[in-house]
Amino acid sequence: MNISLRDPNVVMKLSRLGSFHQSKLSFLRSFLKEFKDWDYKRDLFELNEHGYGTAVYSFKKKNRVYSLICFANELDENERSDRVIATKWDAAFTLFDGVPLKQDIERLKNEVPKQEFGRLSYKELTLSRANKSVRVFNHVVECLSEGKQPDNDLITSVGYLYRTTAVYGSGKFGLADRFRIKDREEIYGPFRLEMMLVYLVRQFTFNQVNHVAKSKNPKKAVSLDINICKSLGIGNSTGLGMAPFIVNHPTLLNNWISAREISLKKIREIKTISEKDKNLFLECLKKSIKNITSWNTESQYQINKIKSLLKDLNEFIVYLDDDFNFEQDYAFNELYLYLEKEYCEECIEYVVSMMMEPYDDITSPLIKEMSSEEEKYFNIPTERTVEELKLILEKKYPDILTIDFSKDENNLNFWFISKNKEEPRLANRFDEVGAELEQPLAIARDIKKLYELLSVTKNSWTIAKFLSTNNELRHVVRRAFIVEKFPYSEIQDNTIGQKIMPIDMLRLKLSFFGALKFDPRSDKWLRICMFQGAPLPEQLKNYDEHWVYN
Amino acid sequence: MRSLSEIDTVSKRSSRAAGYSWGIAEEIGKNIRLLEIFSLPGIKNLNSFFKKKKELRLENISIIKQDNEANKNEYCPIIAGVNFLDQIKTLETLKEITFKKVSYPLLFLPFVSRAAEVIGKRIFLKMDDREFLLNFNNNIYSNYTKNEIIVSAENIYLKVLENRDSFEEKEWNELYKLSEETFVEENESLKQGGAGAGLTDND
Repeated sequence: MNISLRDPNVVMKLSRLGSFHQSKLSFLRSFLKEFKDWDYKRDLFELNEHGYGTAVYSFKKKNRVYSLICFANELDENERSDRVIATKWDAAFTLFDGVPLKQDIERLKNEVPKQEFGRLSYKELTLSRANKSVRVFNHVVECLSEGKQPDNDLITSVGYLYRTTAVYGSGKFGLADRFRIKDREEIYGPFRLEMMLVYLVRQFTFNQVNHVAKSKNPKKAVSLDINICKSLGIGNSTGLGMAPFIVNHPTLLNNWISAREISLKKIREIKTISEKDKNLFLECLKKSIKNITSWNTESQYQINKIKSLLKDLNEFIVYLDDDFNFEQDYAFNELYLYLEKEYCEECIEYVVSMMMEPYDDITSPLIKEMSSEEEKYFNIPTERTVEELKLILEKKYPDILTIDFSKDENNLNFWFISKNKEEPRLANRFDEVGAELEQPLAIARDIKKLYELLSVTKNSWTIAKFLSTNNELRHVVRRAFIVEKFPYSEIQDNTIGQKIMPIDMLRLKLSFFGALKFDPRSDKWLRICMFQGAPLPEQLKNYDEHWVYN
Repeated sequence: MRSLSEIDTVSKRSSRAAGYSWGIAEEIGKNIRLLEIFSLPGIKNLNSFFKKKKELRLENISIIKQDNEANKNEYCPIIAGVNFLDQIKTLETLKEITFKKVSYPLLFLPFVSRAAEVIGKRIFLKMDDREFLLNFNNNIYSNYTKNEIIVSAENIYLKVLENRDSFEEKEWNELYKLSEETFVEENESLKQGGAGAGLTDND
């Protein structure tokens, strides 16, 4: 049986992308799998009684070493902010390529805490900072120093001791360019080093909290229970900075979605589902419900989504237990068709992620295909004709071509880069100033413009001839030829319309990171948790790959 | 040291601010990155160009011919470069192309380097007395190594080089003969055990 890949015009709608969940393809899970047999070590831990100072952690295999350097500093209560405009943080981190010398640590001590205002070098791979959840951190210190374990309800409701507010890589602020390291096999797969940084930061937070408690009451203090450590992750506050990334990296986006779509197709094409695979799927699905019931948010938008997801999943599980026959041919295909017919997008995508759990043989080879070299597809094939380009637009952007951009509601917003922090923002073009400095992220509108222009141009003209007088649309001409080759490279929605939910774009990216418990704080930023439930570094050599559901 | 990613981003954004479309700004970002990889002064020239651009009142060229001469002022290196790259499949057949009066010609160079990759041929470029051999966008050989700003070129001469061997047939044969010494002479027994032995292809 040959199942078609899902239609990009369905999958690439923002509401669908904003319903994606973590899966076996997620970067934090594939990172753990890749690094599970590396040697983990805490190389340096020089903190004072308050937990301020320097620490170094490393992963090593043969001659390759990656070292996380942590700088924890005192922070005035009034200076603590998760917003990207903050200038000081409780702790700052960089992932160093190799073993740092004393002089490297001294140099970085001056630069890393400054973050965007510091200068890094090609020896540093990623950069980040994090703030404490003061409430949880202080509570844990208090309890441990008294010889007790912290309150489980508080731990569960927050889920982390620290949250990061940005993780930078790929040449930012002088960090190593990706080309310097891209041939290393261990980092085939996107964001591996960013994931490593966050994972090691998580370990630092446990060591720091234990250290502060012990310093406070050396005789009585106990260490944080290992199972509580496991249940804690690293929080992350994410704003609009992530949204343009997925527009600006079309082939990378394609490769992420494509891995998911190919996995689903192959799973739907399995004729006979083994008892073992069926059981694993059901076990993961049922156990995962606790990730939804413990999903806390004050966002009404998300509360509604969670409610409908939970209702759908409970119904779906009853259906699986009572009515569904896994012994029929192509059972997962039948199941998928049933999902599409009966349930909401959030539930469909949730179950799609679950379907992958038993099929390592399908997902593992695809993980290596999830990186991309955008440069390879940068040149425009200018020998092609206007007629060909027009056909590509008609085939690849069918819904976008029907949008009427002369209506204010469809052209309401503009994306810009803020001057004070060089961060992407979204604003109403009719109420705010600055629309003339709009970033090229209104792809749907510009594709429509291009189509209209092509429609009054001779079909036989080459693209070279067309561009010689129409270079203002060059950026979308390039994209159209990319989407011809990479069907999942383009969001099939209007990113400047009245109805845009920018957090859908963030959620798409974060789901591929492997984040859980999306907690929108507005329509433009959200909090998440990473590595919650993940094995600790000492447990990596022999861990359960389905830890997400334990 | 600035990373190539920073060089690309800042060149792109500044090009947009200098009045180019986003699509062209993207090309400039990639080009300046390329110049800097090849140790040519991309940032230096781009910065100087943008500072002078308004007063230069540059001429744009849309369709490139064999011989191109600006009327009154100099050609804009970016527009000339973009169109050269876009039209390279047609221009390739002309073999030799000339431009007279091009402003900041070093900014034109990476477009030609990329064009060499598109057609899979080397391109020789002479910018007044400076010579460049653009090798499929993999590297650039040149007699110019100064880290300086080139404000203009009176003459640019381009020649598309045919893919030819750089050696004599005799030299190849000598080397091939030596390489044969890694082969094993097949005796009858080895022939019998070879793939396809005993079968006939005449079916």
